[in-house]
Amino acid sequence: MKLASNKSLIGWFFILIAVIFITLFYFYPMLQALILSFRSGMGVNLEFVGLDNYIRLFNDPVALTAIRNTFIYLIIQVPIMILLAMFFSVLLNNPNLKFKGFFRTAIFLPAVISLVAYSVIFKYLFSTDGIVNKFLLNLSVISEPIEWLMDPFWAKVLIIIAITWRWTGYNMIFYLAALQNVDKSVYEAARIDGANSFQQFFYITIPMLKPIILFTAITSTIGTLQLFDEPMNITRGGPGNETLTISQYIYNLSFEYTPDFGYAAAVSFVIVILTVIFSMIQFRLGGDRK
Amino acid sequence: MNKLKSIFTYLILSVAALVSLFPFLWMLISMTNKSVDITQGSLMPGTHLFENLRNLFENYNVGSALFNSFFIAIIATVLCLVISSLAGYGFEVYRSKGKDIVFTILLLSMMIPFAALMVPLFRLFGDISQVFPAIGVDTLYAVILPYVTTAFFVFFFRQNTKMFTKDLIEAGRIDGLSEIGIFFRIYMPSMKNTLAAAGIISFMNNWNNYLWPLVIIQSPENQTIPLLISNLGSGYTPDYGVIYTAIVIGTIPTALVFFFLQRYFVEGMTGSVKG
Repeated sequence: MKLASNKSLIGWFFILIAVIFITLFYFYPMLQALILSFRSGMGVNLEFVGLDNYIRLFNDPVALTAIRNTFIYLIIQVPIMILLAMFFSVLLNNPNLKFKGFFRTAIFLPAVISLVAYSVIFKYLFSTDGIVNKFLLNLSVISEPIEWLMDPFWAKVLIIIAITWRWTGYNMIFYLAALQNVDKSVYEAARIDGANSFQQFFYITIPMLKPIILFTAITSTIGTLQLFDEPMNITRGGPGNETLTISQYIYNLSFEYTPDFGYAAAVSFVIVILTVIFSMIQFRLGGDRK
Repeated sequence: MNKLKSIFTYLILSVAALVSLFPFLWMLISMTNKSVDITQGSLMPGTHLFENLRNLFENYNVGSALFNSFFIAIIATVLCLVISSLAGYGFEVYRSKGKDIVFTILLLSMMIPFAALMVPLFRLFGDISQVFPAIGVDTLYAVILPYVTTAFFVFFFRQNTKMFTKDLIEAGRIDGLSEIGIFFRIYMPSMKNTLAAAGIISFMNNWNNYLWPLVIIQSPENQTIPLLISNLGSGYTPDYGVIYTAIVIGTIPTALVFFFLQRYFVEGMTGSVKG
């Protein structure tokens, strides 16, 4: 008994350093952010203002635009990417497929490049006289160049295309790993019963992959709520805040404009609350009938 | 019908592969071209590679950015591996009710978005600067410290410790090894795959990190590769050849890590979802 409690004490030493670091660099700043969000002022002189920052938030057109943009990315991009990732993984899971390794590596490769690097590449590829417009003009898909970086609609489309390019292959790997555990005889039985490919996909594959869909949906949602590198480096949030995200607005409030740390902290709680709400919704939708 | 389906499969996958690879081919081709040829959309390799390289190294401090990025990624990764594996091992091997509660609380930190942390962290390092300027604002250590341990890695090591044979611990005790001795001499050597997988993820995250260095780094000599690329890309008169060269150089380390350790990489990604 004495030995056992001695062992348990030693165990605390093993976890001690990690607990200190995570407390100091995650929980303590989080608490500070909460306190900050009830204070306001420029630079270092902050005074207690109660809920003023949160009231200001709901009357701040830029904050509301940033929240709206983030929602647009979330609602359009995450489902497209998850469906694409699942679709590619099903195609790659075909046992008779040749060049499987090549296709898998090629589609995964975007996950290797840094967010800043690919953002800068995309900015140039999609510039008005860039190669994407040249290509589309040559194919006569469009008759004049698209203003990808200048048009409010196309700028959002560009951000969505960029994130989808970067993350589809990454998510696909999770589906591929999960598909390898699916019993082939289930598909055999379905085929004998006359189920076509689409029915197999919707009635067997999707239900089987449900835990992975949940996992990728949650990680992608959290990632999108924090989106920063891409709009910062592709569009700078422009044109006229039309691609601005919440994270970018917090950054601007803290480090680009005259710093108002209290208000920035209040805006950051929008992301915290949205993260919790979306995770809960997704757990509800995906978790119960596992 | 079957043949049609197979043609369809190859067609879709080929288009997907081409779209995925094109930006890579484009940056590799462009690093050999003059800025003018790049704006004209040249898809032919040129002869300007050495010119671009020389320009980049002479005018843009890429040498110190490379050093800084390697320094940050390597130190952060080594510390992360030691501290997180100690904790993951501690939580699993010396399991107790109290530790399980602490573990659950630590996991909550994974839900905290970085956007909410950046202002308080910046202020925290401002305070640290007053006492220890060597690890305060605008130092490489300030970039490293918040990433030394994250709940994700503690969780990752705990999950993988579940597969570690506990009999080996008893055997070590009988041989007279201390508890910490068992960890370093029996556990660590048998967890090579897990360490490799965690190491790759940590290295890539730290190498590619952008927002935190952007906040905390001020002087040009402390710039990391993503900061350098971002600055080059936001210039008013960009030299495209130089920019693409910088991007290729900044991508080589992570690409090499990926190609040589692909197996561990995929194992690590999917391993963290299981169980």
